[in-house]
Amino acid sequence: MQKTESIKPILEFKKTCVSYTKQTMAVKYVSAAIERNTITAIMGPSGCGKSTLLRAVNLMHNLYPNIRVDGEILLNGDNILSMQPIDVRRRVGMVFQRPAPFPTMSIYDNVLSGYALNGIRLSKSEKDATVERCLKSVALWDEVKDVLNKKGTFLSGGQQQRLCIARALAMKPDVLLMDEPTSALDPIATKHIEELLLELQKEVTILIVTHNMGQAMRISSRSMFMYLGELVEYDDTATMFTNPKDERTKAYLTGKMG
Amino acid sequence: MIQQKIKNRLTKEKLMLWGVCLFAALTAVPLFAILGEVLLRGYDQLSWSFFTEPTPTAYKAMKAIEAGEPIPGGIANGIVGTMIMLGMAVVVAVPVGILCGAYLAENTKSRFANIVSYLTDLLQGTPSVIIGIITYIWVVVPMKGYSAIAGSVALFIMMLPLIIRSTEETLKILPSSLKEAGLALGGNRARVMLKIQLPAAFGGIFTGVLLAVSRVIGETAPLMFTALGCSFMRFAIDKPISAVPLLIWEFFNDPNLQELIWGASLFLLLFVLTLNMAAKFWCRTKVL
Repeated sequence: MQKTESIKPILEFKKTCVSYTKQTMAVKYVSAAIERNTITAIMGPSGCGKSTLLRAVNLMHNLYPNIRVDGEILLNGDNILSMQPIDVRRRVGMVFQRPAPFPTMSIYDNVLSGYALNGIRLSKSEKDATVERCLKSVALWDEVKDVLNKKGTFLSGGQQQRLCIARALAMKPDVLLMDEPTSALDPIATKHIEELLLELQKEVTILIVTHNMGQAMRISSRSMFMYLGELVEYDDTATMFTNPKDERTKAYLTGKMG
Repeated sequence: MIQQKIKNRLTKEKLMLWGVCLFAALTAVPLFAILGEVLLRGYDQLSWSFFTEPTPTAYKAMKAIEAGEPIPGGIANGIVGTMIMLGMAVVVAVPVGILCGAYLAENTKSRFANIVSYLTDLLQGTPSVIIGIITYIWVVVPMKGYSAIAGSVALFIMMLPLIIRSTEETLKILPSSLKEAGLALGGNRARVMLKIQLPAAFGGIFTGVLLAVSRVIGETAPLMFTALGCSFMRFAIDKPISAVPLLIWEFFNDPNLQELIWGASLFLLLFVLTLNMAAKFWCRTKVL
């Protein structure tokens, strides 16, 4: 606990609420502070609001006028909810459940697509360097360095997902949001991604939604457990798995509820 | 007893199958009959000069018929006119139609979009002869004369709803993950549309444009009010101009030129068939 007080959190939820309709709230008064350069897992049964909470961080909900987000979400002390979506999304990257490389772009262009979408022009050498740096950091460089001009969809599922992570890293985000990034992948590809995330937390803070308790245990240092839109428990992963404080967390972790 | 019932059911099923096959075959009959007729009658007339020379005068044609020779000349003036008007119409209709289609696909809930969508349906159902007379009032009268410009305006109006619809439908079937991934990288909606959604939808949109072209290339009525026709080669866009379907109508009305109807029809038919097949091919290979 002392650690969180000494280091200023990079991301902080303060009574964050998300509602799809006036009557029902999908996320209810979540307050939590995320430490810099850690992996934080968000767990919970289907429909508990974990993806909804994640998507509030990069203002994805702004696309749908019916959805309301209340409370505060602070990124380095600034309230995201009053910032421009374009600015937020450049600083907060996102990786989706299904790998979604842009189908018309080559592997090379996929990595640089963030720059193209933001209208930032790079010189040829800057482009080459960015592509190499990002593909190396997702351990894809050796596999694709000779086929950079092929379409991104030409890669296998696991490779596509790593390409999507590289694409998000290219913008040098502070925070990387991951919405069940391995649920569409086979165990070997999943293992690769997990190893990669452990490596990546040195440069970026990762917030990952996962259905897989084993995955949360393997990679995260902190864990949130959500149930029916509430943040039930938020603790060090090791503590939560060995000594959960709330009955609901205990029931979920032991498989009695899920 | 049960055996008998099962047997009856199987017989019924067989009858049904034969019935369905029969009617499916019947619908193909008119198509092949038309193709066969036009091919048989028009095949003789196709020659190099048919595509490179303009329409002969009635007098020359009469002379040739009297001498027992084939009618000289061809439909080059019509081909050139059709291409000029189609080209101008496509150049304007494609960007306008794609932008409008993109707007409709992105704003399914806005009231304005609903109205535009409804109007697009209406425009698609408007008889072409009415589009012709409206274009006459709007373009031919103020410009004080028939022209290729007026003709292309009429074709543009006819193509627009087809391109809008195909763009809208193709964009709607793209997975939403593409758009969200683009926005998540910090792109604004316009950039995500231009750099990700539209390129991904290219196959479907291109198919739509091809179908729109093949739909309007045979339009005759609107061109009668706007392009009028012209018996010699002309490249000016502010003067009356010919078109292949207009020529077919003129040939029909001139006893001396009636021989040429079939060649012109065959050309038009083959052009439309080629476009349709190209559209099918693109649809199969390029759409996501």
